[in-house]
Amino acid sequence: MNNKALIIITGAIVGVLAVLLVKLGNPQNMGVCIACFLRDISGALGLHQVNTVQYIRPEILGLVIGAFATAVVTRDFRVWGGSSTFTRFILGFFVMFGMLVFLGCPLRMILRMSAGDLNALVGLLGLVAGVALGAVFLRKGFTLGQAVIQNKSNGYMFPAIILVLLILLLTAPAFIFFSQQGPGSMHAPLAVSLGAGIVAGVLAQRTRLCLIGGIRDLILFKELYMLYGFIAIFVVALVGNLVVGNFNLGLAGQPIAHNDGVWNFLGMVLAGFGSVLLGGCPLRQLISASEGNTDSAVTIAGLLAGAAFAHNFGLAASAKGVPVPGQVAVVIGLIVVGAIAFWNVYFNLKTRKTSRREVTYDGGNKGCEGPGLS
Amino acid sequence: MMAEIKDARGLACPEPVLMVKNEIDKIGGGTIKVLVNTVAAKENISRLAGNQKWSVSIAEEGDGWLITLTK
Repeated sequence: MNNKALIIITGAIVGVLAVLLVKLGNPQNMGVCIACFLRDISGALGLHQVNTVQYIRPEILGLVIGAFATAVVTRDFRVWGGSSTFTRFILGFFVMFGMLVFLGCPLRMILRMSAGDLNALVGLLGLVAGVALGAVFLRKGFTLGQAVIQNKSNGYMFPAIILVLLILLLTAPAFIFFSQQGPGSMHAPLAVSLGAGIVAGVLAQRTRLCLIGGIRDLILFKELYMLYGFIAIFVVALVGNLVVGNFNLGLAGQPIAHNDGVWNFLGMVLAGFGSVLLGGCPLRQLISASEGNTDSAVTIAGLLAGAAFAHNFGLAASAKGVPVPGQVAVVIGLIVVGAIAFWNVYFNLKTRKTSRREVTYDGGNKGCEGPGLS
Repeated sequence: MMAEIKDARGLACPEPVLMVKNEIDKIGGGTIKVLVNTVAAKENISRLAGNQKWSVSIAEEGDGWLITLTK
């Protein structure tokens, strides 16, 4: 099967699963949302204490399990990292602020659009603007640098942590927080959520589905491949929402959303800008971390920390709107991400004057002194 | 004479593709060789080159692949 057909089928399946998960109990327009679900996990672990958004979301665990297993079977599991790891943590941290002010990752943004939420369209404009801004810096030579092969044990830690979370979910010990009210209390049956996550994880690993990558490739390379997947998600979820009666066109009164256009836009500018510098949206980071990329695992840690911080300090938006501290946080985030991009390009240009990236072929051993790849 | 080879190993998306794109835009035609070690970079570079009507050949090299583009 060719790649284009596979990514369209992947999008279609994710679209169906998303509608199904909402029908079976997930919060409205939140069949899958990587940002929201990581936020729920950080709450379940007690990293924040907002009792309406605490749950170990099985979809996240399934995505990782599915992607990890597929990567191992297809020999895509490669353990590497060390490319500006701490910078990635910081970027992940602020990307989460943007997404929690908009109320969704790029995936939920598409799902919100497919349910008629026009605020998500404003978010999409912001996301495109953010990616375009990041693309300017990429063109100027922004780089987080080369990752190197790492000891294999590094790569198994992320899936191992996910396995521990699965055990905590199944055993539900008293020290783990599970919301009794609000979005965190709303979920499809565990087995369905986990199964849906696994299916999506397998497909996302094979296709490298990523909306940020899709918009970025369109801007940089006039390349549509990645966007086909998201068009498929949108179309299938739209049809699904119309069928189950979950389509409600408009700006006001949308579920788990607010209609403050300026902050929907700016929140997603921040999300898009930071994500494109990171090389992918939270979904892609999650899949990549499952494939042995330890930098992506640290990015996930940054996203989790950002979610905890956002809820501990009342930065996240709610249906009521965006609190002032949340607005300040988005502005600070834009300044920080902008500064990271600017200084990265500046120092790159400075060093590039003395050493050039091009190398003479040396037999393929540069940077590969650790154990060989499987 | 040894061919000059671009080293895109260990770089994350979209840097390997951007590296090749810049080279394609710069030379317009000829031969470009690039080393990659991720499947994503291999596929993305092949797709870009194909779209720009360059012919692509891929050989396994060590831990990754040596991609040769010609036009």
